[in-house]
Amino acid sequence: MATHHDNDFHQTGEIPKPQTKAIWRTFFILVGLTAIEFLFAFTMDAGTARNAIFIILTIFKAFYIVAEFMHLKHEAKTLIWSILIPMALVIWLMVALISEGSYYFESITNYFN
Amino acid sequence: MMWFFLLSDAFTFGAFLIVYGLSRHKHLPYTGEPEAFTFSTQWWPIPEKVFNAFPGFHGVDLPLAFVALMTMILILSSVTMVLAVEAGHRMDKNDVQKWLLWTILFGSIFLGCQAWEWAHFITGTDEGMLLSDGTRVVGANLTINQYGPPLFADLFFFITGFHGTHVFSGVVLLVMVFINTVNGVYHKRGHYEMVEKVGLYWHFVDLVWVFVFTFFYLI
Repeated sequence: MATHHDNDFHQTGEIPKPQTKAIWRTFFILVGLTAIEFLFAFTMDAGTARNAIFIILTIFKAFYIVAEFMHLKHEAKTLIWSILIPMALVIWLMVALISEGSYYFESITNYFN
Repeated sequence: MMWFFLLSDAFTFGAFLIVYGLSRHKHLPYTGEPEAFTFSTQWWPIPEKVFNAFPGFHGVDLPLAFVALMTMILILSSVTMVLAVEAGHRMDKNDVQKWLLWTILFGSIFLGCQAWEWAHFITGTDEGMLLSDGTRVVGANLTINQYGPPLFADLFFFITGFHGTHVFSGVVLLVMVFINTVNGVYHKRGHYEMVEKVGLYWHFVDLVWVFVFTFFYLI
């Protein structure tokens, strides 16, 4: 957060020009990915393949938001890892509990058969 | 510290989405033709068939159109927020004000859209759902809804409601930061770090929406 304030204190009344090219590029990437998601939502039948595409595109969008907009890509390595490792554990929990849900469903539906 | 607050918040939303995945997998999926789909408490509804309304187009089937608009508005608000942060680095007070105002505007529009979405979800469609005993269920509440199993509406209310609350707090924070900017508080302080911190929070809200959008509306 506080790593790039080099031009804050020796400002001489003149305001530098905005550097917004990267921001708009990220914006168009995000819009493009969302548009692709909609394309798949309407042209492809529901199923595991389509869900996999959605999840992969979502992870790409998450990467661009976190890395560029939230500037995590340009932070210290230790901060990056201390955010990413707990998130990886949450994803593990998610996979585990979703398979648990399937098992639960199987056991109730097959219990009386 | 903002990062670690956001991490803890991500755990909360992660928990919500995990519960969604678990409940969805413990209900029967709809296996028939998508065209013949009807609402039933027997199976989990197809989101495209639930979220297909658009304000001003009563009875027209426009799957996911409104939620697409909401997504665009939120992504756009994220962009104006980065532009505000960028202007803060350049100590450009006028630009910070301009972009903060745009962000507040888009955030408020998003909240309005969500209010409409909720109102429509609670009121329900004209047909509703026909139960086996001949009665009709129209609309949704926490115990019964016309779209599918009770858990479907419960999770809709909790997940989008919790996200909406975050957007609302975000807008409140933005208004506070905007007032400080106009009063020149940050300019006197010599840096616009507060704008950056609120910006981080705002992007996080956008990030959560990206996930809610995929897991609740698309899959």
